[in-house]
Amino acid sequence: MHWNSVGEFFAMGGYALYVWGSFGACALLLVAEPFLVRRRLNEVRRNLARERLAEALDHNMDHISR
Amino acid sequence: MTNMNLINWFRFASPQSFYPLAGKLVPLFWTLALLFGAAGLWVSFFVAPTDAQQGEGYRIIFVHVPASWMSMIIYLAMAFWAGLGLALNTRLSSMMAQALAPTGALMAALSLWTGAFWGKPMWGAWWVWDARLTSELILFFLYVGFIALQSAIDDPRRADKAGAILALIGVVNVPIIYFSVKWWNTLHQGSTINLTRAPSMAHTMLWGMLLMALAFWMYSIAVSLMRLRAIMLERERHTEWVKHALE
Repeated sequence: MHWNSVGEFFAMGGYALYVWGSFGACALLLVAEPFLVRRRLNEVRRNLARERLAEALDHNMDHISR
Repeated sequence: MTNMNLINWFRFASPQSFYPLAGKLVPLFWTLALLFGAAGLWVSFFVAPTDAQQGEGYRIIFVHVPASWMSMIIYLAMAFWAGLGLALNTRLSSMMAQALAPTGALMAALSLWTGAFWGKPMWGAWWVWDARLTSELILFFLYVGFIALQSAIDDPRRADKAGAILALIGVVNVPIIYFSVKWWNTLHQGSTINLTRAPSMAHTMLWGMLLMALAFWMYSIAVSLMRLRAIMLERERHTEWVKHALE
């Protein structure tokens, strides 16, 4: 290992802005994307479940009114 | 025997059988992505030596090269699936292309972003209109164009066809990006890895880069499969299998 201290690690030999700006952007987007995709998948599932419930209710109402 | 294999593979070519399979594959690819990512980051920061010319600044390579590779690989995969969907009229392949596009756009954006953060300290400029950079920017616009075109057309089958044509035309850009550093006199450095000669970098640097590339690759598969599942449910919502899949 070639870092003598934590401070030296974060300083990245004077390139802190560039190294952490690159790794930070990657970390941010690679965490945000799966989060958004998961939300989309859950939303689709919820909507489909709601549609099916509505269909079932319609069906029951038809029976009652008859 | 070969016949059997063929039949088994075609069985997964329909959304209803691929949906549960994708659900099983997603956690597997997430695990691989995390393992490769942890190993890759360890090598990137604690094993790979300081570069003689660029000091610690060169460490950007460990995210820049994987993001750039993935932006090109995903484009080829997207064009392949879109083309297959156009030729064979298979629903699943067009959905695959649609699922890959946003992740490809993200990789192209990361390639440009990390490239800017590398260019600034080494060349003194965030951006130059250099062949490599410009062709990568065009790749990003191709992804955005594909997504925009598909979402602008209401009928999904027509959207698939229009998107496929755009994706296939855009394929010419991929070799242009790849060979741009050879064909034109550019500011961008030459390829880090060359098929014909031994890599010109320290072995640990090379290993760090390959591990990170694998991590990005597994990540791309995992997140695209998740998106593919959402697309399958959205587009096949009125079919019987979707009703059963949610039970």
